[in-house]
Amino acid sequence: MKHHLFWPLTILALLLVFNLLYDPTFFSIKVRDGHLYGSLIDILNFGAPLLLVSIGMTLVIATKGIDLSVGSIVAITGAMACLTISKGPDQNALVLVATAVGLSLVLSLALGLWNGFLVAGVGIQPIIATLILMVAGRGVAQLITSGQIITVSSSSYKFIGAGVLFMLPFSIFIVAAVFAVASLLTRKTAIGLFIESVGNKPVASRLAGIRAKSVMIAVYLFCGLCAGVAGLILSSNVSSADGNNAGLWYELDAILAVVIGGTSLNGGRFYLAGTVIGALIIQTLTTTIYMIGVPPEITLVVKAFVVLVVCLIQSESFRKAIVGRWKTRRYPAEKEVARHV
Amino acid sequence: MFKRQHLPIIVTLALFVFMFIAGSFRYTGFFSTQVLLNLFIDNAFLLIVAIGMTFVIVSGGIDLSVGSVIALTSMISASLLQEGWSPAAVIPLVLLLGSLFGSGMGAIIHYFKIQPFIVTLAGMFLARGLCYVISTNTITINNAFYTSVAQTKVYLPGGNFVSISVIIALLLFVLAFYAAHYTRFGRNTYAIGGNEQSAVLMGLPVARTKIGVYLFSGFCSALGGVVLTFYMLSGYGLHAIGMELDAIAAVVIGGTLLTGGFGYVAGTLFGVLIQGAIQTIISFEGTLSSWWTRIVIGLLLFLFILLQRLFSSRQLLQKHRA
Repeated sequence: MKHHLFWPLTILALLLVFNLLYDPTFFSIKVRDGHLYGSLIDILNFGAPLLLVSIGMTLVIATKGIDLSVGSIVAITGAMACLTISKGPDQNALVLVATAVGLSLVLSLALGLWNGFLVAGVGIQPIIATLILMVAGRGVAQLITSGQIITVSSSSYKFIGAGVLFMLPFSIFIVAAVFAVASLLTRKTAIGLFIESVGNKPVASRLAGIRAKSVMIAVYLFCGLCAGVAGLILSSNVSSADGNNAGLWYELDAILAVVIGGTSLNGGRFYLAGTVIGALIIQTLTTTIYMIGVPPEITLVVKAFVVLVVCLIQSESFRKAIVGRWKTRRYPAEKEVARHV
Repeated sequence: MFKRQHLPIIVTLALFVFMFIAGSFRYTGFFSTQVLLNLFIDNAFLLIVAIGMTFVIVSGGIDLSVGSVIALTSMISASLLQEGWSPAAVIPLVLLLGSLFGSGMGAIIHYFKIQPFIVTLAGMFLARGLCYVISTNTITINNAFYTSVAQTKVYLPGGNFVSISVIIALLLFVLAFYAAHYTRFGRNTYAIGGNEQSAVLMGLPVARTKIGVYLFSGFCSALGGVVLTFYMLSGYGLHAIGMELDAIAAVVIGGTLLTGGFGYVAGTLFGVLIQGAIQTIISFEGTLSSWWTRIVIGLLLFLFILLQRLFSSRQLLQKHRA
């Protein structure tokens, strides 16, 4: 059995090697005005929101759930923060920016709680429960921005998404912090086991003494928060909030990143490091496509094939169909009744 | 005769009637046959797509690719017409392509046991991406046949009119209604949605039915794309973005259970009409912005899912007692 990071790392390495062959300066990192510049830094910087959302999504998927509303949460928090700042007298005031950030994060927690309540409390299927917020959330974001693009000119707010700390983009540090917290909490405490057990069988976990509902709500809360932070980074990077387009397709990219990272959509197992690599693969892919000069929209076609191939590799039936060619004996009954893993 | 299982569809119907009456009392000029017919005219393609989606959801799956397939259809039609192809060749070709696309996804879902959600997601990316491979710009259509279909008004007795798209949609509706309730294919679909394992053990043709369901959905999306092309007279990669959500919402509001195995094609019709009515009311109100549509649809989704939840848990209890 190969290590679970084998395939994701191979894909990432292949992409990077391709880039290197295409453009030998791809790996070069220069220092300019006390910043580090280079394609690799760009990938990390622009990939930060996706990385955050994917980390949250990993935990949700580990409980056999899914959160389709992250894109809408990204739009809502960005809109909320920009609205608060644009209403203030002095847009650079630290207090104002802190209030805006705090308000948005509380809002994203509330939205996460709503999802968690629907899934764990009311017992609606996760896809459907979060679909509600996905549909309504874009409307709410538009409502906050009154259908316009709110622009702010606050250097303190801009620091979140475009600031520089120790020569690296500040957003990278946010991602690193969230990743560290998430992996410590899930791998050094029992929470990770709880999540996996709930993902395997909620009823059995409850009987074993795990508060399955609380675990589920916590996971959606965390995912909401991650999406909220991503929304702040995204809107602060461009100093504006667009209720319509901010975070568009993020839910799909995040799910894709999680799946590429080796986390199964059937729940019960998750790999945070895999997710990070998955998100980096997606971001590198996007950068590569921009660099080669094909229209960026074609990324979608490539993504489609990546999703398909990754899912086929994960599919037991597909592997069996290939391995089955070498098998001599077949059990018809085994073939007909699907095993639910 | 009133049956328990008709409750969701009656709620949907009542809601639509209520919205229409409320609109009529509030706004002058709302209560007219033409406003009602306009609901059909403006939502013909949504109805077509939602009918296909109903079958998929009844079979226990989901199809996220519909919006992209519509866009791809509009794009292929527009570019082929520009090349000078005849509409008589273009329309059957895109319908065939849509069906092939759908059945391909269905085959992957069935044979490799990958979740429909993820497969159709890939389909959605693929179709949307292929649009941009054709062109990233709008391609306008000035084919004589298309413009004449777009402008034709079919007059009904009483001076009101509908478009040809509405007639296509209603024909498809009748066909789907018949297929769902009076054919073997329809019964098999319900059986698979109820419990796939049991359907296999009962010896039903699960593979054929499942692939057939996605084929039908692909066909409906392509047909919806053709109708949208009549409506928009252009092909564009950004057409019908978010359409899959509208279609799913219409199906759910129509009372179909998202867990599969239960639902009515007729409910979907009213689900689509309710969405249309929301838009019409918002445009009549004038001061409300269009994004309220999404919020109201979200709220309705929430209410109907809650209702389903209550309904299905009661039904399950009754089954257990029996």
